[in-house]
Amino acid sequence: MIKTLAKSIREYKLSTILTLVFIVGEVCIEVFIPFITADLVNSIKASASIEEVVKTGLFLVLLAILSLTCGGIAGFTCAKASAGFAKNLRHDMFVKIQDYSFKNIDKFSSTSLVTRLTTDITNVQMSYMMIIRTAVRAPMMFVFAIIMAYIMGGSLATTFVVVVPILIFGLLMVAHKAMPAFRRVFKKYDRLNESIEENVRGMRVVKGFSREDYEIQKFNNAADEITKDFTKAERIVGLNTPIMQFCMYFNMIFILIVGSCLAITSGGTTVDIGQISAMLTYGMQILMSLMMVSMIYVMITMSFESMKRIYEVLVEEPSLKDCENPVYEVKDGSVVFENVCFKYSEKAKKSALQNINLKIESGMTVGIIGGTGSSKSSLVQLIPRLYDVTEGSVKVAGIDVRNYDVKTLRDSVAMVLQKNQLFSGTVRENLCWGKEDASDEEIEEVCRLSQAKEFIDTLPDKYDTYIEQGGANVSGGQKQRLCIARALLKRPKILILDDSTSAVDTKTDALIRKGFKEFIPETTKIIIAQRIASVEDADMIIVMDNGNISAIGKHDELLKTSDIYREVYEQQINGGDNSEEA
Amino acid sequence: MPADGKRKINFSVLGRVFKMLHEFYPVLLPVVIICIIFASVTAAIPAIFQQKVIASIENWYEIRDWATAKTEIIPKVIVLGVFYCLSLIAITLQTQLMAIITQGFLGNMRKKMFSGMQKLPIRYFDTNKHGDIMSHYTNDIDTLRQLVSQAMPSLLQASIIVVTVFCIMIYYSVWMTLVVIAGVLVMTLVSKNIGGGSAKYFIRQQRAIGKTEGYIQETMSGQKVVKVFCHEKEAQADFDKINDELYEDSRRAHAYANCLGPIIMNIGNVLYVIIAMVGGLFLLSHAKNLSISGMAFDLSIVVPFLNMTKQFTGNINQVSQQINAIVMGVAGAQRIFEVMDAEPEADDGYVKLVNAVIDENGNITESQKRTGIWAWKHPHHDGTVTYTKLEGDVRLFDVDFGYTPEKIVLHNIDVYAKPGQKIAFVGATGAGKTTITNLLNRFYDIADGKIRFDGININKINKSDLRRSLGIVLQDTNLFTGTVMDNIRYGRLDATDDECIEAARLAGADDFITRLPSGYDTELSNNGANLSQGQRQLIAIARAAVGDPPVMILDEATSSIDTRTEAIVQRGMDRLMKGRTVFVIAHRLSTIKNSDVIMVLEHGRIIERGSHDDLIAQKGKYYQLYTGAFELE
Repeated sequence: MIKTLAKSIREYKLSTILTLVFIVGEVCIEVFIPFITADLVNSIKASASIEEVVKTGLFLVLLAILSLTCGGIAGFTCAKASAGFAKNLRHDMFVKIQDYSFKNIDKFSSTSLVTRLTTDITNVQMSYMMIIRTAVRAPMMFVFAIIMAYIMGGSLATTFVVVVPILIFGLLMVAHKAMPAFRRVFKKYDRLNESIEENVRGMRVVKGFSREDYEIQKFNNAADEITKDFTKAERIVGLNTPIMQFCMYFNMIFILIVGSCLAITSGGTTVDIGQISAMLTYGMQILMSLMMVSMIYVMITMSFESMKRIYEVLVEEPSLKDCENPVYEVKDGSVVFENVCFKYSEKAKKSALQNINLKIESGMTVGIIGGTGSSKSSLVQLIPRLYDVTEGSVKVAGIDVRNYDVKTLRDSVAMVLQKNQLFSGTVRENLCWGKEDASDEEIEEVCRLSQAKEFIDTLPDKYDTYIEQGGANVSGGQKQRLCIARALLKRPKILILDDSTSAVDTKTDALIRKGFKEFIPETTKIIIAQRIASVEDADMIIVMDNGNISAIGKHDELLKTSDIYREVYEQQINGGDNSEEA
Repeated sequence: MPADGKRKINFSVLGRVFKMLHEFYPVLLPVVIICIIFASVTAAIPAIFQQKVIASIENWYEIRDWATAKTEIIPKVIVLGVFYCLSLIAITLQTQLMAIITQGFLGNMRKKMFSGMQKLPIRYFDTNKHGDIMSHYTNDIDTLRQLVSQAMPSLLQASIIVVTVFCIMIYYSVWMTLVVIAGVLVMTLVSKNIGGGSAKYFIRQQRAIGKTEGYIQETMSGQKVVKVFCHEKEAQADFDKINDELYEDSRRAHAYANCLGPIIMNIGNVLYVIIAMVGGLFLLSHAKNLSISGMAFDLSIVVPFLNMTKQFTGNINQVSQQINAIVMGVAGAQRIFEVMDAEPEADDGYVKLVNAVIDENGNITESQKRTGIWAWKHPHHDGTVTYTKLEGDVRLFDVDFGYTPEKIVLHNIDVYAKPGQKIAFVGATGAGKTTITNLLNRFYDIADGKIRFDGININKINKSDLRRSLGIVLQDTNLFTGTVMDNIRYGRLDATDDECIEAARLAGADDFITRLPSGYDTELSNNGANLSQGQRQLIAIARAAVGDPPVMILDEATSSIDTRTEAIVQRGMDRLMKGRTVFVIAHRLSTIKNSDVIMVLEHGRIIERGSHDDLIAQKGKYYQLYTGAFELE
């Protein structure tokens, strides 16, 4: 997993390495400094000449400047490396998601993808920074300090043999206990936030039913539980400081007693005062470095979940695979379904489509009618290969859709989705999704065809009117007409409208269909609709029921042969009051 | 976002945070503070004894008599040990209590914010983005955690240590102290500048994250459209641009923050050298010392001074590392307080809904038990109380309304709905259909005119009682995490399972619910993502039905149900509507044909009213709509 993530470091490898190098430099100097300060103290103590003191002092200042330079550069490159790593990760994830098939997107859900691209990446960025800053620093500090302590302090350094294992054991215990506690509570925390979001979204319902107090009660219980768990976890981590302090104090006292004993009995020959103070400093450094290691340990484990979630996105196999020698041209708009079965996932018990056989000729207008859950959308989604069939095959212009280049196929098969979306940007920008370099005439033409021109002309800035996120400032009917125009701009061989005129009035709806007939007769038009009126003049009407084709035929035939069709028809003609008539 | 950028950071917020901490933990907070002070002092004092031990070593150096020296040194070490033990106890207590206080504080803040939020008017939720509201619970609370658990204690601790060490320094030597102070001033200046820069970029980074998140949200929710149009490359290019901006801000913010540490530490090192040299100079020149202790200048002063300098620097470094946390924490706290301080939805209604018993003479008396009959209890100024039976008679008289006072969106609305009538609203998007229903349950208050419910001005009615007597089913169905049964019971919390099932049957939802894997116990999550839109609407209808309200508002309640299913639902709905006053907003005219009155709205005015047959005969707007000449949306 770490290997996969590390691939995203790329051009920031240099910064990462530089960071490590400069930190090594910084640490070397940092460890060296106490040595010199001991010298300084000694020369003062020995009442050496002032020149000597100044000389050592200047040397120390020089070291400080060096250390500052190293530290500063390291800080800089480290920020660059981690921010860059995060940038690349985000980029790579985004690229990967663009490669996803509908099936992959369904699997993750868009909200979860958003969290993975934001919060999770930020977590990883922070821990990457921590790691490159301390991963070298801490062990190096530790080793250096131990070596120096032995050189300087000699036998005094045996204190570390006792203290270090105690500290390591203590810190490990804390990290070991704290980690699962945190992981548990973070999961609960996510759920709490989800429920807040749910509450905010459903505020009208909450207030409409006067359930404020009930919601508060519910929330308080959940919040209290989380507080309890968080407190528990944090109290465990809180033990770190006392353990650390204990070791430090133990160390101090040991050095003072043994040190003074040695210094006095030997008259300063084995140990002198400078050495004792240096030992105190090194002791601090050794313990601090261990503390740091335990901190990154906790940090890494806390961001482990985030890493896992990013990893899942990166290694997800796009479920649609391009074939080896793809076909780059779609010859005509004929569609054939051969023994098609389809399930949304392998695990699904129920097939969304069972044994579909269907032949649509190029240029035909096909209507599809059926209740919710009858798999109308599932059927048409197979044509531009938004999903792959589970069994059988779907052919466009006589060639299996899996043999086409996906882009070629989707450019020839325009689909207006049921849950369609406009993006923030001008009307023109939105339409140009269909064709990047569309001329004004082309745009106007498709807008005329989709009956959108009329209302666009009434907008304040016409085609340059800004559409808010999600198309919030146009009505449902207008949005649908824009979406149709956008699809038409592709000049597709096959045009699929998945319930795309539901908010358009019947007259406009009829005008759109009339336009299709007159201006794009060679395009195959497949129209899913709730209204019989939208499909009654089609060349072929398919009645779907529960994943099967229940009937195929023209309007008049179906009225005679299909019960479902007749029922829907009568219902729509008579309005909602047929229950009273019955 | 621009408002966010302009908002001034107000540090008085820290005082309020502190006050709230005290409020939540009147005992623990002082204990923790005492612990922090104690731990800080005990961390500073040992330096004296440490130095005394070293001084003793000095004295016994030449004599080389450990046995005698022991009697002098060991007691000092023991005193030191005692201090260490005390400090250890204080620190253990401090960290443990701090964990309790921090998390308890955050928990309390969450609860306070949530309950405050529940009381806010609908207007707040209509005018604030949901993502922004959510970020108060996630980002802002997180910054508070940093502030309370780390920044504030370390600020306190550092200032105490600085003061203590300062006193000790003066005790030893004033001259040397002055040198240290000069050094500290430089450090403060540097950390203020660099730390300020870092904070600036951190806030910018925060904004860049917001922007990136917005873009990601839009693209991810429209990812299927992106795919259908093979628009992946363009989306990628746009994203990379925003991503680069975020990288720039993030890099700068962290670069500043990362550099601050080494800078402070090395100024500390230089200071160390200066102190050593000044000390050396003093020693060599045998200058006169000025100090509280009156000690003469010797090595036993210089050495601890050097240690104290280190301590000083370390503490300032610690505080400087917290600058970001403080700035961001204060900004977060400010936003949280804004939510808490927002004006809650006023409810001055004094007319309440009570269970009632009606005797054979038609007199209404209040009952403590659930009788199935409700009455409005109306206390008057003169002390008398009248009871009015809850029937569902709703009348609007000459109502004007605007979401903002400048822009009136409803004009002179008159609606008379007698109990049991079905009133339909028809009109284009933005004509004001939903707005009218928003006024009935007082999500918004009218600007002019009067609304009466069973003859009582709705301004006098207790809001929650008013809403209890109005059932609503909205176009956007919101279900909550929990079982199907829980969701239906939401309409009346004390409904039995049987009553819930009965309501589901009434709504025509029972059929599909029983076919779900676990029937009524099927867990719903993520707004019922595993159900179809139509099924969600059926549950919402059942939810409203279980409350058995005399008045129902159906706002596009069947919009997502296909015509076939609708026939089934319609029968349920008709049963549901029987004996209730119903307001219907519907897209499909077929569903409202049988209404008692149909109101056609245009630009906030009622332009036509009457039954279906009347309106068809009028050959006006409704006729055009019905014959398909006009678009509804």
